Amino acid sequence: MTEASRLRLQGISKSYGNLRANDKIDFDLKPGSIHAVLGENGAGKSTLMKLIFGLLQADEGDMFFDGRRVSWQSPEQARAAGIAMVFQHFALFESLSVAENVWLGLAKTWTLPAVSEALRELGRHYGLVLDPNAMVHRLSVGERQRVEIARGLLAKPRVMILDEPTSVLAPQAARALFTMLRTLASEGCSIIYISHKLHEIRELCDECTVLRHGKVTGRVDPRQCNDEQLSALMIGSAPPPLVRASVSLSEVVMKVENFTVPALDDSSETLNDVNLSLMSGEILGIAGVSGNGQGLLLDALSGEWCDDTRRERQVKGAIRFQGRAIEAFGVQQRRRLGIMAVPAERLGRASVPELSLADNMFLLDQGNDWRIDRPRLRRAAASVIEAQSVKALGPQALASDLSGGNLQKFIMGRALQAEPQVLLVSQPTWGVDVGASAQIRQQLLAHRDAGAAILVISEELDELFQIADRIQVMYAGKLSPAIARQDASVELIGLWMGGAWSASSQSSENVLMGTAALELSK
Amino acid sequence: MIVLEKRQHPSPWMTYLSPVISIVLTFLIASFVVSAMGKDPIKVLSLFTLEPLSGKRAIGEVMLKATPLILCSLGLAFCFRSNVWNIGAEGQFLLGAIGAGGTAMWLTEAGVAGSGWLWISLALLLGAFAGACWAAITAWLRDRANANEILVSLMLVYVANLLLSYLVFGPWKDPKGWNFPQTLRFADSLSIGRLGTGMRVHWGFVVALISAAAMLWLMFFTSLGARLRVGGLAPGAARFAGFSSRESLWTVLLCSGAFAGLAGAMEVLGPMGQLTPHVSTGYGFTAIIVAFIARLNPLACILASFLLSMLMIGGELAQSRVGLPASVSSMFQGALLMMLLMVDSFINYRLRWRPGAAKGLKRDA
Repeated sequence: MTEASRLRLQGISKSYGNLRANDKIDFDLKPGSIHAVLGENGAGKSTLMKLIFGLLQADEGDMFFDGRRVSWQSPEQARAAGIAMVFQHFALFESLSVAENVWLGLAKTWTLPAVSEALRELGRHYGLVLDPNAMVHRLSVGERQRVEIARGLLAKPRVMILDEPTSVLAPQAARALFTMLRTLASEGCSIIYISHKLHEIRELCDECTVLRHGKVTGRVDPRQCNDEQLSALMIGSAPPPLVRASVSLSEVVMKVENFTVPALDDSSETLNDVNLSLMSGEILGIAGVSGNGQGLLLDALSGEWCDDTRRERQVKGAIRFQGRAIEAFGVQQRRRLGIMAVPAERLGRASVPELSLADNMFLLDQGNDWRIDRPRLRRAAASVIEAQSVKALGPQALASDLSGGNLQKFIMGRALQAEPQVLLVSQPTWGVDVGASAQIRQQLLAHRDAGAAILVISEELDELFQIADRIQVMYAGKLSPAIARQDASVELIGLWMGGAWSASSQSSENVLMGTAALELSK
Repeated sequence: MIVLEKRQHPSPWMTYLSPVISIVLTFLIASFVVSAMGKDPIKVLSLFTLEPLSGKRAIGEVMLKATPLILCSLGLAFCFRSNVWNIGAEGQFLLGAIGAGGTAMWLTEAGVAGSGWLWISLALLLGAFAGACWAAITAWLRDRANANEILVSLMLVYVANLLLSYLVFGPWKDPKGWNFPQTLRFADSLSIGRLGTGMRVHWGFVVALISAAAMLWLMFFTSLGARLRVGGLAPGAARFAGFSSRESLWTVLLCSGAFAGLAGAMEVLGPMGQLTPHVSTGYGFTAIIVAFIARLNPLACILASFLLSMLMIGGELAQSRVGLPASVSSMFQGALLMMLLMVDSFINYRLRWRPGAAKGLKRDA
């Protein structure tokens, strides 16, 4: 090795039962480098990070930190040696201030005023602006992430691990994060950056280790690779390009008018005067950072909200399906009209993890008999498995035994089999591997071409730019005007994700343009 | 170092072995406690295992006590599977006793004659109805006021107990009963027939067995049962599918109340023959243990009821034969539930010996 490593792993393996999550992994992190770890869900990224951070212990292999052989028994040891980790899910106390939250994680020698001062200093130095006295429950997701990062930085780390940090950020916030990370790296801190977003990795990282099925499949300089090369390493082959026809039909099928759902308490989502029109033969994309009302919007459209929501809140406005007001309809009534939803939560909502795929068919198809018709459910499940090429042992496989991608294919296939007129989909490819994502997106497009009206709520702008015909952005319970995909740019949508659409007077023009574009492509 | 590690799949073996292991462990604990009290553990254990099965009369007693346990535990298993935590079967049992007892008392006073079976059926139905009504209070408060059904159903047990006491000490007291807190003895034609001579077990036992089969069918072969199970396993999925959580709350509570009420009704029309303050010896609470040991499976509820029935009888024998306190029986029941809950963690977890873990504590340079 020409340059001394900050962190080096040699032949690291870790198994859970029969599953080999990490198989003889070699990994080399140089000082001051931003090193991407790329892989699909289930490729072993998280396990590897947990090993490095001392949350798990390797079955075999050696780990060297600054040339010394180490084996952490706990995260405390890893932290003491100078490793910091920012998790995808934050561990913050809602009812405490920013400074107090950071203080709790630090050595006992710190005082609270010293922490506040250090936080201000971090703000000046890295552009990591935080008000130390702000209460955490008032912070946005991006700000919460900054608190987590600040907590890591105060310990003066020599290695910082970030697990999919941009999954919760708008593009502008992601850019600010990158600037901060570059400053940090230039001061000698090594950064491990976990992601499956290829363009981010190319933009930010100088090294990249690719994992597939627990093994290292490549070590490359991401700046010199294109998307196809990286995804080939990640999934074994590049997914086929999407095929889309031009918009064929356009008649408004579903319409939401001035829909308002007030807040129940501080933490609940709201809808504020939401308007949208869903046309047949189009995909309408709803962009925005999660938690801005998308969950409530889907619940309201699918009829799935809990009885409490309708009872306790003063809901105003109308939802129309082919001109008919349906806001008071329940899930089954709407389903009979041909309105079908695919929620983001695959386990526990779209499926019952403990039940077989055949029994899970029952969620959409109860039949008319008071007896449960198992053979029919089994046949239906088998045909979905077949049509979607779901990798499962058969209709008797438990939903929880399927991988995320395969379960999503099954759930999507189950909904499509009913040939809905309106399909409401939330995060269709969340945590789904690249191959299955491509299949799911292609199916959505095919269904749109067949004349269905499809609403896709997604956090991934790439996805919306690939499949949507028009895009609306959700922020703080409000919905922006619609803009045709051809007229939208990542920058503009990014601005709107911060709620800035009303600031620009062009918004009304965009609506016109959106409609015009739709007319044109007919 | 031994570590507790999550299994990839719940172990099918442990699911069925766990009750067996718990029973063995409970007997071990029991023998330890019994010998610490200076009694011969072998003899005491035989009182709990062999003695209740020695002879026709004894087996009849086991079946007699198993009857209310089966009925109560069926209803509870139904509730628990739907994620409704009704722990007030005891109260619903008492209301069933009051409903059937009151009917039988009135019929006796009115001096009705004719077909006993018809009047017995009427009294049993009214008992089941009273139990269902008592459970309806819990359902209504949960539905309307979002009250916690665990607390409400439990507290209603004590209300039911006081109601029963009020009736038998007050308005329903037998005027010719030498001021004992009990109703008059019901007419002989209102007593449920026995299954055989020399046994106290009555036709109610057969009713309980049929109920178990019916419950099995309801749970696993009907659309209603499937909807309720989805609601219990994943409330979010039930909402997604459009199954009403109110429907399931009311269905399971009314059903479970009716089963417990029927059990109480058969207890007064069977072995008791009158209402007293001591209709139940805690059947409704013991049924919770039965339901869990049976893994909420209706057929297994029958076996588990036999086991707990033997424990109850063994407790009484231990009291009279070797002078152990009555609380020994409840202690065994408690120990059994505790063991079961603990051993159950091995369905989803397993112990693994990890030799490397201890020595890795020191960091080598």
